[in-house]
Amino acid sequence: MVAGLLLGGFYAAVSLGISLIFGLLDIANIAQPAFVILGSYAAYVMNSSFGLDPILTGLLFTPAFYVLGAVVYRVYYASFERRGEESLRGLVFFFGVLFIIEVSLSLKYGVDYRLVEAAYIGKSIDVGGVGIAFRLLVPCLVGLAMTLALHLFLSRTFYGRAIMAVSQDRLALRLMGANPVQIKTIAFGVGIAAASLAGALLITIAPVVPSTDRDYIGRMFAITVLGGMGSIGGALAAAVILGVTESLMATFFGPSWSLAVSFGILLVALAVRPAGLFGR
Amino acid sequence: MRRTGGVLLVGLAVVAAGVALAMLRVNPYVYFAGYVILQYVVIATAWNILGGYAGYVNFGTPAFFALGAYTAVFLIQSTRAPLPVLILAGGLVSGLLGLGIGYLTLRLRGVFFSIATLALSIVLQTMIINWEYVGGSRGLSVIRPSGPPFGGYVTFLFTVMVLLSVVAVTVARFIERSWVGRGLAALRDNEEAAECMGVPTLRLKLFATTVSGFLLGVAGAPFPYYVTFVEPTSAFNLDYAVNALAMPMIGGTTSWVGPVIGAVLLGTAQQLATVTISSEMNLFIVGVVLVAFVVLAPEGILGLVRRLRGR
Amino acid sequence: MKRHWKQGLWNCALIGALVGVFVLASGGVFVARGADPIRIGFGMALTGGLSANGKPALLAVQIWKDDVNKRGGLLGRPVELVYYDDQTNPATVPGIYAKLLDVDKVDLIISGYGTNLIAPLMPIAIERKLTIMGMFGLANNEKYQYQNYFQIQPAGPDPQTSTAIGFFELAGKQNPRPQTVAIVGADAEYPQNALVGARELIKKFGFKTVYDKTYPPSTVDYTPIVRSIKATNADIVFVASYPPDSVGMLRAAQEVGLQPKIFGGGMVGLQFTSVMTSMGPMLNGIVNYDFWAPEATMLAFPGIKEFLKEYQARAEKAGVDPLGYYLPPYSYSLVQILGQAVEATQSLDQQKLADHIRATEFNTLVGKVKFGKNGEWAKGRTLMVQYQKVHGTGIDQFRGPGKKVVLYPEEFKSGAIIYPYAAAKN
Repeated sequence: MVAGLLLGGFYAAVSLGISLIFGLLDIANIAQPAFVILGSYAAYVMNSSFGLDPILTGLLFTPAFYVLGAVVYRVYYASFERRGEESLRGLVFFFGVLFIIEVSLSLKYGVDYRLVEAAYIGKSIDVGGVGIAFRLLVPCLVGLAMTLALHLFLSRTFYGRAIMAVSQDRLALRLMGANPVQIKTIAFGVGIAAASLAGALLITIAPVVPSTDRDYIGRMFAITVLGGMGSIGGALAAAVILGVTESLMATFFGPSWSLAVSFGILLVALAVRPAGLFGR
Repeated sequence: MRRTGGVLLVGLAVVAAGVALAMLRVNPYVYFAGYVILQYVVIATAWNILGGYAGYVNFGTPAFFALGAYTAVFLIQSTRAPLPVLILAGGLVSGLLGLGIGYLTLRLRGVFFSIATLALSIVLQTMIINWEYVGGSRGLSVIRPSGPPFGGYVTFLFTVMVLLSVVAVTVARFIERSWVGRGLAALRDNEEAAECMGVPTLRLKLFATTVSGFLLGVAGAPFPYYVTFVEPTSAFNLDYAVNALAMPMIGGTTSWVGPVIGAVLLGTAQQLATVTISSEMNLFIVGVVLVAFVVLAPEGILGLVRRLRGR
Repeated sequence: MKRHWKQGLWNCALIGALVGVFVLASGGVFVARGADPIRIGFGMALTGGLSANGKPALLAVQIWKDDVNKRGGLLGRPVELVYYDDQTNPATVPGIYAKLLDVDKVDLIISGYGTNLIAPLMPIAIERKLTIMGMFGLANNEKYQYQNYFQIQPAGPDPQTSTAIGFFELAGKQNPRPQTVAIVGADAEYPQNALVGARELIKKFGFKTVYDKTYPPSTVDYTPIVRSIKATNADIVFVASYPPDSVGMLRAAQEVGLQPKIFGGGMVGLQFTSVMTSMGPMLNGIVNYDFWAPEATMLAFPGIKEFLKEYQARAEKAGVDPLGYYLPPYSYSLVQILGQAVEATQSLDQQKLADHIRATEFNTLVGKVKFGKNGEWAKGRTLMVQYQKVHGTGIDQFRGPGKKVVLYPEEFKSGAIIYPYAAAKN
């Protein structure tokens, strides 16, 4: 149960980017998990070559990922949004990007599982009879911090509020003098930057292989949909629900079904309440 | 009338050519490679009915394909049914899956349908892994029946695939030219407008997903006899998803010709690459070509040809 | 009307042109080849999930080819390898072997690596009456009972219990005798087979099962599983897992503080150098299956030292497991047997080779090999090793004897077990 909560915090970190990009900008970026894995590999390379702590690497690479995100968005915008043919081709575009990232990583690093070493992996503390692994605790805390940071960004800063605005009404935003394309670029960049850190957290928890991204596609979208598009707090709640459900399934029914359960939640949510728990 | 007759004639001619090729007993490698390419013709055509005509992107191709294959496995294990029964059953089951998924999600926006199809593959794979009768996670060895007089069972499968490709393409062409196709095109361009004009969008969408699913299942049903060992990871391989997407996108999604072009081109390239260069480079190239086409030439090769001809 | 007709013609022309391109392009595939070298063809997992084992296997086979050619080849002719990447995807196997046999016209074939990749090869080989040397597959021949199939994995006549038998036998010999067992494994081919065998052995040895569950291979966090196992207080914990889960399980076990009396069994991955060096002392006390270890009892086989020297020299450049103590010696022995059969029968005739292999006991890099029922080893020889006194994460401690002590079978035993598991942990 506790492990489920911790896992939930981590899932929140992983889904932050998608909450922003899909939830607010309405761009179905299914390549997001691939960016996360890219972050994981960045952490791995830094860790094995220089011994850098993975989370530090994640933070360090944030600007680079931000730029990457901005570039990807510009391509997307130029090719699709401007022409107004978003849905079909945009989706295929991102799917292609996902594929390219995954295969490039396979080509460069092979399909062996990659791990990282850090001072806190393998240790745990005892809280009231329940052992809590640092390996899970640290990513969870970082995840919560990230969620809080993003929430503050969106509600307190100019650009953050502009992003919220652009998701609601582009025309009004234009009239107020801000450039929606620029705002969206920033948002997309932030979303991908979040992936960098999330990737570092991921490889802290478990070994990673290029195809790990596929396990997370469903989880990410399940969380965003369940939480309600555009609600960061909702995403956090949904992430925790998912983490706990998976853990409980693993403990009581046997782990075989836990993954399918998360997708089941997604399908049910889509069918019953597509607006999600805290949706607009 | 005349047109339909003409189409049937061409279809029959192609099938006859396929059978002739089989009887010629040229190098057996041709039949193995040819089977895979033709299988992709069916898959690409099936995908395009939903993706190209209706504009709904299905990322869950492996689910439908594998369901067709596993339906066949189930029937082989339980009743040793003959191939035509397997094909029909595989198609029906996958068609039902298409109908079900369509019913669940098509009242939402297109992007939710696509995400649901992603989830579908994983859920279905988990279910198959836990189903021991069809081999579960261990996989199942399937013994080919003593076949008809073609010199090898795979040669027979090759001719079956020729037939199935012709059927799939005929169905696609028929849909494209009928009022169904026009309705689908209308809802692809602007669903709300189509609704307002009285196009029965929901029913058309369900029709498209069912037919698409049916054909994908049909493509999957002979697979167990081709590969003789079916296990979840390779049956649900992401390659099917990517290729099902890339082939119509590269060939051109607006007509039945596009998927065929894409399948023949990409399929051949991949078969050649398997026996020449490293296979992961091959996947990388597919990904890059896909993105390039989507960004630069969204109408695929057909679109390029059309532009060249000045239309 | 007219436009449709022309359009249709255009379409057919386009497709016809493409088919023509296809035919021409594939023509390049059908290049005529000279008849002098002896060609051995196979598919191998060079990419995909099993490539971590496929690539070292290929290297070992290549080393054998070089060794043989240095001595003048087979039957006086040089040996050439023709291989393609099967991508760890069974669907590629029929096409690959069709190309090898019908286009490249190889003289001999061996299988790819792994049960799933050997399976599709069986009907092809049976149809054409070929001799297959199988590289690490579990029970591939059980359904077919094909006479000309031979498997290099030392599982023996009962493949399903082969992994676990040493483990449970050792458990049964301890004093005081452990009573309860927890078994757990991944939802995948090998672990499921191993668990079936484990259940059989538990009954045979009279233990009591208190936990018997499986998990999906994509599990991220093993803590709930390990916690449930700890709650049962089982004396024996048997795990059948693939590399990522093996690592996950051990880490979770350390965090949760799981310390049964004997722990391990069928964990794949612990044999890989990269895993050994990253897990380090977490391995201490684990009793696990293996096929080869650098202990004195196993280094005595003829030629093994030279092979390992050559392998380790080439391994780094090839980007494969640097020590090569797990599968490469067996891959080498597989082709070594084939080569010895060719020389002994002085022929490439498939049936003659098969008959000879079936009847002979071979002297190979991994000792004496004799095949029995269904092509498996006449007597199983899966080892049980225990990791002892591993400290830090250096690779050199694993080069020589002492860290992976062989406990079973008796004839290769190189040390004593540290029991219970907790005692090995300091």
